[in-house]
Amino acid sequence: MGRRDIRLELNGGDRRVEVEDQMLLVELVRSLGLVGTKVSCDTQVCGACTVLLDGRPVSSCTTLAIEADGKSVETIEGLANGTKLHPLQEAFIDRFAFQCGYCTPGMIVSAKALLDERPHPDAAEVRHWMEGNICRCTGYQTIVDAVLDAADQTASTR
Amino acid sequence: MLRRFDVHRVTSVAEAVELRRRYGEDAAVYAGGTELLLAMKMGVARWPHLIDVKSIASLGKVSATKDALRIGATVTHWMLERDPQVARTLPAFARLEANVANVRVRAAGTLAGNLAFAEPHADPPAMLIALSARVILEGSAGQRSLPVSELITGMYQTAIADDEIIVAIEVPLPARDARAAYVKFQILERPSVGVAAVASVRDGRFVGAPTVVVGAVDEMPRPVPTAQFAGADAREAGTREALAEAAQAAVEPTADLAGSVDYKRHLVRVFAERAVASLVTQAS
Repeated sequence: MGRRDIRLELNGGDRRVEVEDQMLLVELVRSLGLVGTKVSCDTQVCGACTVLLDGRPVSSCTTLAIEADGKSVETIEGLANGTKLHPLQEAFIDRFAFQCGYCTPGMIVSAKALLDERPHPDAAEVRHWMEGNICRCTGYQTIVDAVLDAADQTASTR
Repeated sequence: MLRRFDVHRVTSVAEAVELRRRYGEDAAVYAGGTELLLAMKMGVARWPHLIDVKSIASLGKVSATKDALRIGATVTHWMLERDPQVARTLPAFARLEANVANVRVRAAGTLAGNLAFAEPHADPPAMLIALSARVILEGSAGQRSLPVSELITGMYQTAIADDEIIVAIEVPLPARDARAAYVKFQILERPSVGVAAVASVRDGRFVGAPTVVVGAVDEMPRPVPTAQFAGADAREAGTREALAEAAQAAVEPTADLAGSVDYKRHLVRVFAERAVASLVTQAS
């Protein structure tokens, strides 16, 4: 009680770590050097801390690290294959879908969960899914365009 | 950053009840954590012990009984949004679930947790009250069933006893010709106002009185007195306007960041009218 060993699959690799019960998932991933995941609002509103827990998007700022025990965790660092970017990352670059970039990891990770579940969403589905990710530079149109592009891209490479 | 606490993972309801008895006010029931951990991070609540009920297998399912849908206490909004039984039997509720907060909150948060927290700015309570849903509670003295309308007793206040946990929510299957609607207005994650309406409509008229419940503007969901509308012509604009006025009169809005008292009263009128209008336009 209080401290425990957990075992998780982090971006495809097996990890064993000791965590305290009250440790947050974002504290865990950032302490392991995966600092692409950001804390911003700290209240589950903005989406900057989004990671995938067993494929589902969660706010790592409001998820306990122990929840990852026996599960897979995917952060923005897990998307690229070596130096080859994920289609979503390419599409965000091609569409200039970010300015300051602070919200971008959460945006891309959240969009990945959408495309994993629904490979061909329409614009309304993308908007609905992404409405929990906030961009203060207000680049929403290009973000939606990028996700739709990535969906096309993913489809054409299948 | 959270202050130190211990998480107790239990695998049976009996174990959870026993820990509730042992720790009393020092423990909280923990599932999705979407409300609980937020309150703890903000420092408005502190529990040295969290009783994690997610490993109780019997609480994780949606199942259909003869006349109700039974939603286990650890079923998330995400699951409800995707459950074919919910979509088929309670489509308006399924749509509500697909629009709770945001996708991350839906992925982690549970319906039972939403009810147990009794946060006034929430979508499900008004709709569940309009659908005559009940919660099944289990404590040292056994199980009891309570209407959702009696579960929530105030802002963040419920009738859940110190040694009880919610094990399920039971939503009666609506009558064949019943229609249900939930309309809301929202900025960011929580509704400013949400109006639930349930009624059977035949030849444009209400069969009996419609049920209208206003959520999110007041300290708790408020049922609207509607007896006078039994058999009223739902197609008449006058009926809908009178119902919207009755809804407006049924609430004492709380002023907060979502708006002033007058503004919320105005919203209630507009959204109550839309909710009732939606009952009329829905295909039966």
